[in-house]
Amino acid sequence: MNDSIIRTQDLRFAYPDTEAGGPSVLNGVNLDIEEGSFVAVLGHNGSGKSTLAKHMNAILLPSGGAVYVSGMDTRDESKLLDIRRTVGMVFQNPDNQIVANVVEEDVAFAPENLGVPSEEIRRRVDEALKAVGMYEFRTHAPHLLSGGQKQRVAIAGVIAMAPRCIVLDEPTAMLDPVGRREVLDTIRELNRTSGVTVVLITHHMDEAAQADRLVVMSKGKVVADGAPREVFQRVEELKSYGLTVPETTELLWELRQEDGLDVPLDALSDEECAQVLYDLLTAV
Amino acid sequence: MEPILQTQKLSHVYSAGTPFQRAALTDVDLDIYPGEYLGIIGHTGSGKSTLIQHLNGLLKPTEGKVLFRGQDIWESKERTRQTRFHVGLVFQYPEYQLFEETIYKDISFGPRNMGLDEAEIDRRVREAAHFVGLRDEQLERSPFELSGGQKRRVAIAGVIAMEPEVLILDEPTAGLDPIGVEQILGNIRDYHEAHGATIILVSHSMEEVARTVDRLVVVNDGVIPFQGAPREVFQHGDELEAMGLGVPQMTRVFHQLRAMGVDIDASVYTIEQARRAIRDYRSRKGAR
Repeated sequence: MNDSIIRTQDLRFAYPDTEAGGPSVLNGVNLDIEEGSFVAVLGHNGSGKSTLAKHMNAILLPSGGAVYVSGMDTRDESKLLDIRRTVGMVFQNPDNQIVANVVEEDVAFAPENLGVPSEEIRRRVDEALKAVGMYEFRTHAPHLLSGGQKQRVAIAGVIAMAPRCIVLDEPTAMLDPVGRREVLDTIRELNRTSGVTVVLITHHMDEAAQADRLVVMSKGKVVADGAPREVFQRVEELKSYGLTVPETTELLWELRQEDGLDVPLDALSDEECAQVLYDLLTAV
Repeated sequence: MEPILQTQKLSHVYSAGTPFQRAALTDVDLDIYPGEYLGIIGHTGSGKSTLIQHLNGLLKPTEGKVLFRGQDIWESKERTRQTRFHVGLVFQYPEYQLFEETIYKDISFGPRNMGLDEAEIDRRVREAAHFVGLRDEQLERSPFELSGGQKRRVAIAGVIAMEPEVLILDEPTAGLDPIGVEQILGNIRDYHEAHGATIILVSHSMEEVARTVDRLVVVNDGVIPFQGAPREVFQHGDELEAMGLGVPQMTRVFHQLRAMGVDIDASVYTIEQARRAIRDYRSRKGAR
């Protein structure tokens, strides 16, 4: 078992409000993210999942409890730079994250700021762009790229800082199906080949299904935590949190509930679902 | 039935005469009928946004015509202006376009521009607000105090308050969670049913269009390669995949099932249809 790269202990957070004191958004979150894992965080709007994400590299600081990044307390200001180097963030809107007029200059922005020597920057930028499949676009203007391509450039910009963990806050919400697939494939590949820890905040069930571990948030708390295959079987519970399940799971669940058929609920992919149906229909 | 909106050989070229010249639409013929719920699908850059911006006169055709109730919408200035009241367009992420101090003022902006009297404006604002689930006491609040999903519903109410005969929505559910998606789709359905309005829904989600629309129009490379009932359109699985669109998950599962040698109707695209197909298959094979 690996050490945890991010640990939250009874994390509480309320947005400061001038009048009555803001509503609390996180109500005691305990979470250990293992180094090298791919964790999806699912929750409805307002569940606190984005607020949680912003605690993972000290954009927000806890109102109560604590967050440790690779053992460093995020409230320790002297560790801020190290924390941000360890955990990189990618946000929802690709247009808000791109600063330069040329793709490779955009990717070089963060390492330049970190004072990385220029030959090293060259190497990191090339590698980062290759890792997200955007190397051939390195001299292009970012504003002429598609949403999915821009988001991959934003991811390359984070990779160029060589973080050990990347937190992505709904990176595909504004993308079309092709863009979504591009970004998801990129994330999975990074996790698999480079061992970068990935925390993916999403409300797309099919994206969450691809992670090793699925954490479900509701009302500022972790309400489910486990392998996606297990968590998605808790159909009624997930619905009570304002979430849905993948259509494959929904079909099998309705076949059980409504039609009284004895089918397992743990099929997530198209192929697995087809296999379950095949077994059901050929057993007749 | 006469179409309510029609494009005839509609072409649009961006930045004509410059090195950046690019054809976004080429000879598009499209008929849209009164009261139908139409879905438009196409990937980013396919030309679908360009197409819908022609339908209410935000873009002028480079060539060809757009007709509303049989008349060219560019016939006169007044005609163009009137078309914009009859054909309401809700942009992507419309919540970024809220600007007024109160929700009431924001929703009333459209009807006020139409030159309606105060009593009629008031009636429309309240009705539109109710359609999207806003309560009367919320109307005097600032729209900026609302959540993202609520802000979007205010923006949609602003267009509904003009009581357009055709309501076009460009990805109205993008970025929302499942509850937010259901609320918006429910609001649109309510307006559709209460006013008999024509709805045009632009979406990226095959599952979403599969369960909402009567007819689907696919836009790719500035043309319409196919259109028809969802069941017919989803038969073109491989072509849709090549266009970066794909088919609903249920369709994929059932195609797989057929490929495995099960003689089952593979034209399903919703969970409901999938269950029915399984029931039919089992009763045909004599299961209890």
